[in-house]
Amino acid sequence: MAKAVLYDNVLCVGCRLCEAACSEKWKLPYTDEIAGTEKTSAQKLTTITTHGEKFSRKLCMHCIDPACASVCPVAAFEKTAAGPVVYHPEKCMGCRYCMMACPFQVPSYEWNERLPLVKKCDMCAERVSFGGITHCSEACPFEATITGERDEVIAIAKKRMEASPGEYHPAIYGMEEVGGTSVLMIGSEPYEKLNMPGNLPKESLPTYTWAALKHVPDVVILGTVLMSGVYWITHRREEVAAAEGGEK
Amino acid sequence: MSRFMPRTFWQWVFAALMVAGLYATYIRIFYGLGGATNLSDQFPWGIWVGFDILCGVGLAAGGFTLAAIVHIFHLEEFKPVVRPAILTAFLGYVLVVVALMFDLGQPHRVWHPIIMWNPRSVMFEVGWCVTLYTTVLFLEFLPVILEKLGLQRPRRVLKGVMLPIIIMGVILSTLHQSSLGSLYLIANGKLNTLWYTPLLPVLFYVSAIGVGLAMTIFESWHSSKAFGRELEWPLIQKLSRVLAVVIACYLTMRFLDLNHRGAWAALEDPGWESRLFVLEIMLMAVPMLLLFRERTRQNPHTMYAAVTMFLFGFLVNRLNIAVTGMERASGVTYIPKWTEVVITLAIVAAGFAIFKLAAKYLPLFEPMHDSESGDPEGAPDKLQPAATPGD
Repeated sequence: MAKAVLYDNVLCVGCRLCEAACSEKWKLPYTDEIAGTEKTSAQKLTTITTHGEKFSRKLCMHCIDPACASVCPVAAFEKTAAGPVVYHPEKCMGCRYCMMACPFQVPSYEWNERLPLVKKCDMCAERVSFGGITHCSEACPFEATITGERDEVIAIAKKRMEASPGEYHPAIYGMEEVGGTSVLMIGSEPYEKLNMPGNLPKESLPTYTWAALKHVPDVVILGTVLMSGVYWITHRREEVAAAEGGEK
Repeated sequence: MSRFMPRTFWQWVFAALMVAGLYATYIRIFYGLGGATNLSDQFPWGIWVGFDILCGVGLAAGGFTLAAIVHIFHLEEFKPVVRPAILTAFLGYVLVVVALMFDLGQPHRVWHPIIMWNPRSVMFEVGWCVTLYTTVLFLEFLPVILEKLGLQRPRRVLKGVMLPIIIMGVILSTLHQSSLGSLYLIANGKLNTLWYTPLLPVLFYVSAIGVGLAMTIFESWHSSKAFGRELEWPLIQKLSRVLAVVIACYLTMRFLDLNHRGAWAALEDPGWESRLFVLEIMLMAVPMLLLFRERTRQNPHTMYAAVTMFLFGFLVNRLNIAVTGMERASGVTYIPKWTEVVITLAIVAAGFAIFKLAAKYLPLFEPMHDSESGDPEGAPDKLQPAATPGD
């Protein structure tokens, strides 16, 4: 069974220890200025965002059927069996289709490098794949971010929501959005107010592409037959005309 | 030295663009995409994708449209415009690849899709199709070069395999012209509802056919001006009628699609989206109505104006999908940096210049004087009787 991360904004106090732990893992500088910038970038792969008195968190959602992995022309993204969506920088040719496709605006680009690569949260695949937990989960003192089996984590989320129903918006974000994600969220407000896109379809995004792409073999076969046929007919007329002309 | 000094207005424009383009290239190489573009994590695709690639490939659609008309449907009368159409297409694709080198973050890895496969990716399919089709276009144009060099044997060998090459070219074009639309199917929830539709691939394909015809007319007009040739007038008139029908089909599909999806409400939203949407539709509907009128088609000037208007409508459509329609969901405003604009214009200018050189030195407009019977089309190439404008 695949792993998942749960973020709970009711328990989150906005201490940003998750940010610091993440930056340390990626060997990125973590200054006050970076901490104050509530935006993910190639310098900061996860961020806490402030919404009045409440907080939210942005990180890669690790979709079950990720758009980035489906669109990448060189398969530089991979949804691993353990849950994390990982990036293989040695394959990337820099087309940035992953960024265009991601419904959560997650992949970041090293815009100021001469030969830039994509940066994104990898759910600490090097730990999670072997039964460990993410650096952000480890750093969180309040269990606002936890790592576990996806169904276990969902069970915990439901338990928390049942325990204090008044405090939670009655839905788990990531259960159905774009076919489900391996990062789930529970929180105090409707998720649009917590910086999450609210208009996402329940089907995974690659299904929309596949609806068109699956016709490629048909176009090739039908096209060849049709054009050969048209060619044969249009040139047959001429052959007949030439033959009749010859008889006369 | 004075031979290379610009003389006319357009030569000055060309020279200025080349100098500015070189400087912009320097910025792109040494300061990266961050220094050369206004792109961001929120808005990763700008006009290098929207114009140079989406429009560039579309404007090169005349190659497969005319190849199909003449060699598959065997409408021999259109033969005089095939060669320029194929040259434009070939140049178009080469320039698209040049533009791609500017846009890719790791341009030296552009060959990666050849060995690193992802058949679920539209971009993977487009990459393969464009690579193969550029080769096909080269082979389709090679006879012209061989003719110029007087190499008859290789020319005859090539003619023997030309039919499968042409069929392959039409199929590859069908696939990637439509797939450029499929690229945006993943942007469900991001691309404005005025443009997001499952029909995107079909709409891209039909409009590409229209643009293929329009570009053929556009070129004929310009080459007749530039080289004092006679305009292939009756041919052009016929093509413009077909163009009117293609635009009509396209607009009908757009209308029905918007209706079925109930997307009209998005027009009430005040903002750039609805205004540019109306502009796009007008730039296609007006030339369509004009081209349906006999009087427009009888006058080369009004016809040229109508065709050019449609070409602009096409450009606005592609840019609306790539930029206008993607902006709101991104949460940022994207206005291209001067370097992006200059490189785009320099590439377009280079295209015009190379076409002009090729038209000057290659047998582009001469009738094919090929009396040998190795012609796979089965018919001797007939010289079209010269027609006078207005007949």
